[in-house]
Amino acid sequence: MTAVQPHLPILLILVPLFAALFTAFMRSGNAAWGLTLVASWVLPVIAVSMLLEVIGSGQPIVYELGNWEAPFGIVYRVDTLGAFVAVLVTVIGAVAMPFARLSVACEIDAHVQSWYYTMYLLCLTGLLGITMTGDAFNAFVFLEISSLATYAMIAMGQHRRALVAAYQYLIMGTIGATLYVIGVGLLYVMTGSLNFYDIADRLATMPPEQLPSVITAVGFLVVGVSLKLALFPMHVWLPNAYAYAPSFGTVFLAGTATKVAVYLLIRLLFSVFGVVIDLDDLPILEILIVASVAAMFIASISAVFETNAKRMLAYSSVAQVGYITLGIGLANQSGLTGALVHVFNHGIIKTALFMGLGIAAYRIGTCRMTDLSGIGRTMPLTMGALVLAGLGLIGVPGTAGFVSKWYLVVGAVEQGWWWLAFLIVLSSLIAIVYIGRLTEVIFFREPTGAAAEAKDPPWSMLAPMLVLVLATVYFGFDTSWSAGIAATAATELLGGIK
Amino acid sequence: MLPFDDVTLMMAAMAVPLITAVFILLFHKTPNLREGATLIGAAAVALIVWSLLPGIMAGERPGFELVQVVPGLSIAFELEPLGMIFALVAGSLWFLNSVYSIGYMRKAGEPRQTQFYICFAVAISSTLALAFSKNLFSMFLFYEVLSLSTYPLVTHKGTESAMKAGRVYLMLLMGTSIALFLPGIVGVYVIAGSIDFTPGGVLADAQATPFVIGGLLALFAFGIGKAAVVPFHFWLPAAMVAPTPVSALLHAVAVVKAGVFSVMKVVVYIFGIDTLTVSGANGWLVYLASFGIIMASIVALNQDNLKARLAYSTVSQLSYIVLGAALATATSITGGTLHIVMHAVGKITLFFCAGAIYVAHKKTEISQLDGIGRLMPFTMAAFLIASLSLIGLPPFGGTWSKWFLALGALDSQYQFAVAVFMISSLLNVAYLMPIVMRAFFKPLPGVETGTPVKMAEAPLTCVVPLCLTAIGCLVLFFVAEPVADLAQLIELRADGTQTAGSTPPVLGLNANDR
Repeated sequence: MTAVQPHLPILLILVPLFAALFTAFMRSGNAAWGLTLVASWVLPVIAVSMLLEVIGSGQPIVYELGNWEAPFGIVYRVDTLGAFVAVLVTVIGAVAMPFARLSVACEIDAHVQSWYYTMYLLCLTGLLGITMTGDAFNAFVFLEISSLATYAMIAMGQHRRALVAAYQYLIMGTIGATLYVIGVGLLYVMTGSLNFYDIADRLATMPPEQLPSVITAVGFLVVGVSLKLALFPMHVWLPNAYAYAPSFGTVFLAGTATKVAVYLLIRLLFSVFGVVIDLDDLPILEILIVASVAAMFIASISAVFETNAKRMLAYSSVAQVGYITLGIGLANQSGLTGALVHVFNHGIIKTALFMGLGIAAYRIGTCRMTDLSGIGRTMPLTMGALVLAGLGLIGVPGTAGFVSKWYLVVGAVEQGWWWLAFLIVLSSLIAIVYIGRLTEVIFFREPTGAAAEAKDPPWSMLAPMLVLVLATVYFGFDTSWSAGIAATAATELLGGIK
Repeated sequence: MLPFDDVTLMMAAMAVPLITAVFILLFHKTPNLREGATLIGAAAVALIVWSLLPGIMAGERPGFELVQVVPGLSIAFELEPLGMIFALVAGSLWFLNSVYSIGYMRKAGEPRQTQFYICFAVAISSTLALAFSKNLFSMFLFYEVLSLSTYPLVTHKGTESAMKAGRVYLMLLMGTSIALFLPGIVGVYVIAGSIDFTPGGVLADAQATPFVIGGLLALFAFGIGKAAVVPFHFWLPAAMVAPTPVSALLHAVAVVKAGVFSVMKVVVYIFGIDTLTVSGANGWLVYLASFGIIMASIVALNQDNLKARLAYSTVSQLSYIVLGAALATATSITGGTLHIVMHAVGKITLFFCAGAIYVAHKKTEISQLDGIGRLMPFTMAAFLIASLSLIGLPPFGGTWSKWFLALGALDSQYQFAVAVFMISSLLNVAYLMPIVMRAFFKPLPGVETGTPVKMAEAPLTCVVPLCLTAIGCLVLFFVAEPVADLAQLIELRADGTQTAGSTPPVLGLNANDR
């Protein structure tokens, strides 16, 4: 282990990248799945050992690619936040893989299954790369790798509208990436550097009259990343993408893709600009808060009126991203902890929920509300777990969701913004409505049609979901691994800013 | 009584109902074994909570921390007199209610009985955990578990109206708790730095302005929707669509009392009665609760459905307890605490009677009850006794709680509340006594006066519990003193020595400064 230890940051990227290389040439979906499973199960080990190292030493892990020092070469720099998000992504990937085999076998044509796994591995590579890298342009490359792979994953959905959804996302995602790269370009012109931390250092010594250009760059970067993380009102691509992607795609993306974009936003705001500019001088936090509150309410209300359960949860994701960005906008210890812990909690909760719907799709081939009626009576375990995860989404105490809400509300009250605290809890009420509606449909109606013959799925699909649901409950009681690390990361981030 | 230390007993009290639930599930194919499990579990819980009593009387405050969720936010338990009284009420009545449930559910042929008994057991477990809670977070947690576990009971019938009632129930109880109760907890946490229940109140030294204190009180009074403070009371009449044993134990005892208990506990241990009286922040709640008492009674007058009338009566009676808390004097707290007990025993009897009438004769409306006392003499006699107790007439338990509440009102600066109690008592007479009179004095339809009729009571398992609780109303009149003693052990002041009303207050003596 000791020989490998210094190279963990790059291994986290090479493992899925090379696995993708092999799966692309495999003909059998099952073989591709096997290799992907191995890769996916190795990754959490790497990510967790990095997290332990970072927490243990209190220092970020710095890895210079080809021994080129910053700012000349690309340098990977893993701090608590990066390792935390990497752990989340790899763990969700690892837990979701056993689920993938039957779900993919059922929804994807046999001859493209291995490509589907390839896309998944590339997406994973990109997402993990973003969490590792300390280089703004390298982050862009990884962002594009993950995005391109995501477009392909969505486009492989069974429904014809998957193509439209993928195309819509492609356009929006490309606009986002373009804005991001313009921002990076501006920064490069201004500072001559691409390394996040080096940029921060150089900006600090910059004459004040040049700051407007920097602020322009902030605008480009924040809007670009906000598109990727589906911040309201730049979320329009997300509901369709999640609704029409194959079940496994939604399961994986919902828990990871937006979360990594959130990571990038936090990195830019707190590790680069916040170090130089007093964030309160710019209206950026206010804009974040306004957009977040709008997301929390408007997207939640949209969820209430959805007739397709998958789209409903997709809208709910937009709303939940709103909670995360709200915590970022608060920019105090409790608020930022709330945002980070919600990245984690929402990751596991939403993955579990989409798995539940993926199982429904596996059994009855649809996720429309009308087709799901009474399915709870025929698939009690799956749907019982789905409802439990739903309680987590609402933020019932005793679930992980409550812990996030607690920090966010405390953060708002500490800021003296009681009105915001009430908006947070009021928007949770809308979650009660849509989760309640789903519960009523699946448990209190008579099963009809395919739902009447459905039964709980094989354990390979059920067990991953149950693990995540148990985790939802577990992290409602023991938060040392979720909120504890989030608080450490928040302290690190806030300690650096002006 | 049981040879275990108090902490073990507390754990057992919360765990036994859950273990019972597991056995209920295991025996779902054999109803007799299943109901046997319920009865044994309920008896064990009753025994356990009573075994905790001597320690509390002796001044012990057993407690333990289960887990710390985030710093400052832990699931912890500590038993004090107020929680003890609530636990005794809920724990003891569960047994009687289980006996009653068996008779009722079988006679009425209700479906999904296994689910019914499991939810019941979970609800009792969370009720006890709520009673034992050491801080607001634990209380909030079990408050929500209680809402969620009783939701399937409200929607048990599965009809459209039951679903609708269930939606109102869940939306109102969870909605108010998340939208108001939770911000209240956060507010206390941020202002006072602690959410532990502390004698004298955690807000006592927080230097909060009266406006902030009044605002926080509003968050708790409305956020604890289970206390059914007007205007958040309408879930309770809606919940009457549930099978009667649910209405009896949960919507007359466990759930609603969990609400008023929480209000009481927040007033005593979070605000501190002195903080409230000195700041005057409790004034608005005194007026609101008074209004609720009168209004709900008037609405009750107009209900023809027996359970609906009882439900509005409950709304009114709950506000007695809230009023007792809002008056924030030592005597009114004692009165409110006593009323938790007295109203529980009285109201469960009334609901038992309503359910017995339903299973025996399928009658739900008061206008159908002409002469039913001749068919069901025991049931209606119990109904009479419980009514008299609720009205507050001696020799029944309800006398004492009203007595202390009225004295508490005199002690306070809101002496008009005495009039509220008195007017409300008259209204109680007006909406309860006609039922009894109709049952006993009107002729039975289709039967000539003077001809003997054959008694047609509900099954014994229904009649025996309701007779026992009716006798309980009588017994409580004579043994009210130990209950009041226990209520007076509640530590109202930080030093713990100035406990509530250690000497009985004398009429006419303004004891504001006590």
